[in-house]
Parts: sequence; structure tokens; C-alpha cells
Amino acid sequence: MTFLSNLINGISLGSVYAIIALGYTMVYGIAKMLNFAHGDVIMVGAYISFCATTYLNLPPVVSVVLAMIVCTVLGVLIEGLAYKPLRKATSLAVLITAIGVSYFLQNVALLIWGSNPKTFSSIIRLGSVSLFDNKLIITTESIVTVLACIVIMIALTMFTKKSKMGKAMRAVSEDKDAAELMGINVNVTISVTFAIGSALAAIAGVLLCSAYPVLQPTTGSMPGIKAFTAAVFGGIGSIPGAMLGGILLGIIEIFSKSYISTQLADAIVFAVLIIVLLVKPTGILGKKITEKV
Amino acid sequence: MNKLKNLNKFTLTNIQSYGIVLLAFIIIFPLQKAGMLSNQISGLLVPTCTYVVMAISLSLTVGFLGELSLGHAGFMSVGAFSGVVCAACLQNSIASDPLRLLIAIIVGGLFAGVAGLVIGIPVIRLRGDYLAIVTLAFGEIIKNIMNCLYVGFDKNGIHFSMTSAEALGLIDAKPILNGPNGAQAITKISTFTSGIILIVVALFIVLNLVNSKTGRAVTAIRDNRIAAESVGIGVTKYKLTAFIISAVIAGMAGALYAMNFSTIKPTKFDFNTSILILVFVVLGGMKNIPGVMIATIVLYAMPELLRGFANYRMLIYAIILILVMLATNSSGAKQFFEKISSKIKKGENTDVQNGGVSNG
Repeated sequence: MTFLSNLINGISLGSVYAIIALGYTMVYGIAKMLNFAHGDVIMVGAYISFCATTYLNLPPVVSVVLAMIVCTVLGVLIEGLAYKPLRKATSLAVLITAIGVSYFLQNVALLIWGSNPKTFSSIIRLGSVSLFDNKLIITTESIVTVLACIVIMIALTMFTKKSKMGKAMRAVSEDKDAAELMGINVNVTISVTFAIGSALAAIAGVLLCSAYPVLQPTTGSMPGIKAFTAAVFGGIGSIPGAMLGGILLGIIEIFSKSYISTQLADAIVFAVLIIVLLVKPTGILGKKITEKV
Repeated sequence: MNKLKNLNKFTLTNIQSYGIVLLAFIIIFPLQKAGMLSNQISGLLVPTCTYVVMAISLSLTVGFLGELSLGHAGFMSVGAFSGVVCAACLQNSIASDPLRLLIAIIVGGLFAGVAGLVIGIPVIRLRGDYLAIVTLAFGEIIKNIMNCLYVGFDKNGIHFSMTSAEALGLIDAKPILNGPNGAQAITKISTFTSGIILIVVALFIVLNLVNSKTGRAVTAIRDNRIAAESVGIGVTKYKLTAFIISAVIAGMAGALYAMNFSTIKPTKFDFNTSILILVFVVLGGMKNIPGVMIATIVLYAMPELLRGFANYRMLIYAIILILVMLATNSSGAKQFFEKISSKIKKGENTDVQNGGVSNG
């Protein structure tokens, strides 16, 4: 039974990682940049939802929608102000700018909400499901998280496969210049990608804080790094890869926490990542890169 | 000015780099001896030296080798804790502080070098962002392991444990490394002079390496790996060499850094520290060593000098960081600067011509 409950916890945590990783992977696939500020967008989303439910007494669903709207605007603003002028710059310059944006968001949050951790009351108040004579308790948070993850995954896949904008995204990620020649507005496509990624980050923030209810300005950074790891793990740039990587990472983390060592759990997660990358240098579902001379 | 231009680039970089160190030493050393520095500034001296060494070391990996490393603080951590353990063990056998510091720094460098070898072998096989993420992963692993490492020293020798301080079974002694609490009761033996000497050593190693046969091979690999391979340069060997040297220097810096504080925790050397050093290197101009040194001094001191702004200081730091990156890298800003520089050049040219005419 402990095995099953660990597995469920792992999948639930992994689903949160997967949702964050989707944001990383989409942005990487299209803009070819590591958006280190993504983790802090998660934190902003969680704070917005927290404020909406605690201070404004809004219903949970409305608070999530509000968080998504704020994060979407924030994501598009960050992209337009900080990343757009650097479209032709080296990837390292963009990376440092992203780090600057990350510092900026953390410190603005610090000024607005203070450094004291806030206790995030779960927005999903439905109790839990008990199975096998109370031996296996599944919280509704995990069920909602996993369901949300599946819905997002399906919706995103449909979006990139079927819709016009989704096709444009795939074209831009394949070849930016050729896409532009075909009449695709590259700038708009990149902005939309950031908008989607940031909206997902808001959902992830709310789900993350519902399961682990401590909210402070640095809340987003560690899950951000781990989700980024998950995206690389599954093959960065690939949507199913991010999903698979996120869930595997969550399961590995929970299992090593309960069976090996709590303190060494992160080390084990990263060690698995290194081994996977050594065997498959572009991640589990990553495309093989062919080099031209 | 013309004489400076005639010197080759290597000599010029050398003069500039060593000049900065010498200048800093000449200005600060007498002030420190005369007791004219405030506690805040004298407390910043050794850490600034350490970060300058770290930046020089990372500049070798990022600037010359062209590989993004996001886990450089990991090597600093290995160097710091092995150095602390070494210094604590030698406390009674070697009375001279500088000698003990020297040995600790060398041991720190050696351990970090071994870590560099262990990490380098898998890492060097990967490329680009994947290499970056693996260095990040290794940095986190080192932090995690240091968090669980207990080391003690008594009359029976050194004891290691991965579980708890009690498991060390120490007799009449306190653990040197105490898991998440890190190293406690360190004898502070780092001095500003030792920091300056370490910078000079690091500069000597890196500047000479870059201008050696190995250094040219490394730059060739950075610029075009396939072309370098086709003219018979062993990519793995040279990359690994540069990576290990970088790790050794970082380890030495770590040992110096740790010995400046009475306690130091493993979490000090986390992802944020790695990023901080990377920011110094990138803003300094990657392979421009004098630039990297100046950027480190300015950027490390800036948050401290902004203390008057209290909570706003890191916000200001973030905004300055973003604006500097936008100003130096965006296409719009580049055109703007090119316009200005071409105007200035035009002015200079006419000056020279006029001068030529009047002289004639």
C-alpha cells in the first residue's frame, strides 16, 4: 500500500513538474532560450491566487483564472520588454537577462508580500478518497492535479497539431527564417508561446502550493529548476517529452525520499538525469541532432 | 598610446590584468594597515578576492572553452570544505598560519581537481545546453552530499560519516563538518594579502595557459569543434584539461573563502552562487580577463554599497543587470553605439589629418 500511495504522490508531484516543464519546453523549442524566469512566474501566479482567495474572498476557480490572466500579461510583458530586443543576441546574453528578470520578480514579490512565508490554503477543499479500508488515502489535490495535467496535455497537443497558431509555432521552431518567408509573424508566435507558457505556470503555481502550502518569494526557483531538468530529461522542445520527464522525475523524487534518503533525494534525481543524458544525450524523446560542417 | 598599441595582445592583457591587482593592492593595503577601512569594507576584501579568482576560473570554462557551466559553486564547495578539514587537522602540527593556509588551499584545489575529473569525463561528451544542465545537476549533487557529510578529527585520526555527528564516535573533539550546519568554529586565517597572491597565481595560470599550445587548441575547439578535430586536435583531452584546471582554481578560491568565516554552510554554494559568478563573467566580457576582474569587483561591491536602499538594493541590482544586458546586446542599441563610434572615429581621423598637415 505504501508503494501505491508513493506512486500516486509521485505522479501528482510529477504532474506539477510536467505542467511547468511544458512552459519551459515550448519556449525553448520556439525561442531557443532557457527562460530562467519561468520558475518565478509560478510564484507570482501562486501569490495572485492567494491574495484573491484570502483578501478578496473570491471563489477558488475565479482566483485561478485571475492568476492565469495576470501571469499571461506578465509573460508577454517580460518577453516584449526583456527578450524581444535580444532576438539576435547570443544565447548566453539572453540567459543572463532571464536571470536578471528572475531576480527582479523575486525582489518585487519580496517588496509587495514580504519575506515571511504565507500559508497557502488549498483551493481544492473536497476532502480525500479512501480506498482499501483507509489503507490508501488519495487527496483530491492529487486527483485534480493529475486530471489538470492530462487535460492540459491533450489540449496542447491538439492545439499544436490542429490550430493555425499551433502550426505556426511548429514552423517557427523548425526554421524561423523559412517560417517568416511563408508569411508567419514570428514575433506574434513567440509572444503567444510565452502567453501560453505563463498561463500554465499560473496553474502549476496554484497546484504546487495546494500540495505544499508554503508560499514565499523563492518558492518558484527550486520547482523551476527541477521542471527544467524534467524538460531536458524528456527531451527539450518536445511536448510529450516534457510530460514524460516531469512525471518520471516526480516519481523518482518521491520514491528516493521514502525508500533511500530524504536528504539525498535531490541528488538522486539529478544523478538519474545525468545517467539518462549520458545514454541518450538529447533526452528520452529528444530528436537526434545532426551536425553539419 | 601608440606604444601600447604596438605591444602584442598577450602582453597588453598581462599588463592590464596584473596592473589591476597591483593597483588594488597598493591602494588598499596601506589603508588596511593604517586601520582606515570600515569594518564593512575590510570584511569584503577576502570575499571579493575569492570571487575575482572564481570569475577568472569560470572565464576559462565559459570564455575560452566556450561551455556554459552552471555548477561552478560546486567546485568552490569541494575546495572550501576539504580545505577547512585539512586546516583543522593540521591545527596542532603546523603553528604557522600562512603555511597552514597554503597547504589548505593546495588540498582544496586538489580535491576540486579530482571532482573536476569525475564530473568532466561525462560532462565533456555533451554539448551546449545539455552540458549546462548537467553541470547544474552536479552542482546540486555536490551541495546535497555536503549537506549529509560529517567529518571529525581526534587523536585516532579522521572520521567520516554520512548519517550523523554521533556516528563519528569522536573522543574529546567536535566534528569539523556537521552536515547541514556545515563547518563550525573555523580558525580565520585568510588575509587580504593571501587573497591577492591567489589572484596573481590564478592569473598566471590562466593567462599563460590561454597563450600556450593547449590554450590555442582549446580556443580552436570552441570556435569550430569539427575543424579542430580534423586537424588532429584531441577534443576530449584539451577540453578536460581546461575543465580540470578551472575546477582546481575554483577549489583554491573556495578554501580561501571558507577560511575567512568562522562558520560556513553547504547551502552557501548553491545554484545562485554559480549564477552570480556567471553574471560577473558574462558582464565582464567572457574571455576579457581584465574586464571580468573589474566587473566582479564592481558587481560584488555594488549590492553592499547599495545597502542604504535596504530592501530595494537587489531590485536595483536586477534592473541594472537587465538594462546593461539590453544596452550591450540588443540590435537597436548596437546600431546606436556603432553610429556614435563611427562619428568619433571620423572625428579622430580628421584630427590626425589636420595634425599631419600642421606638422608638415
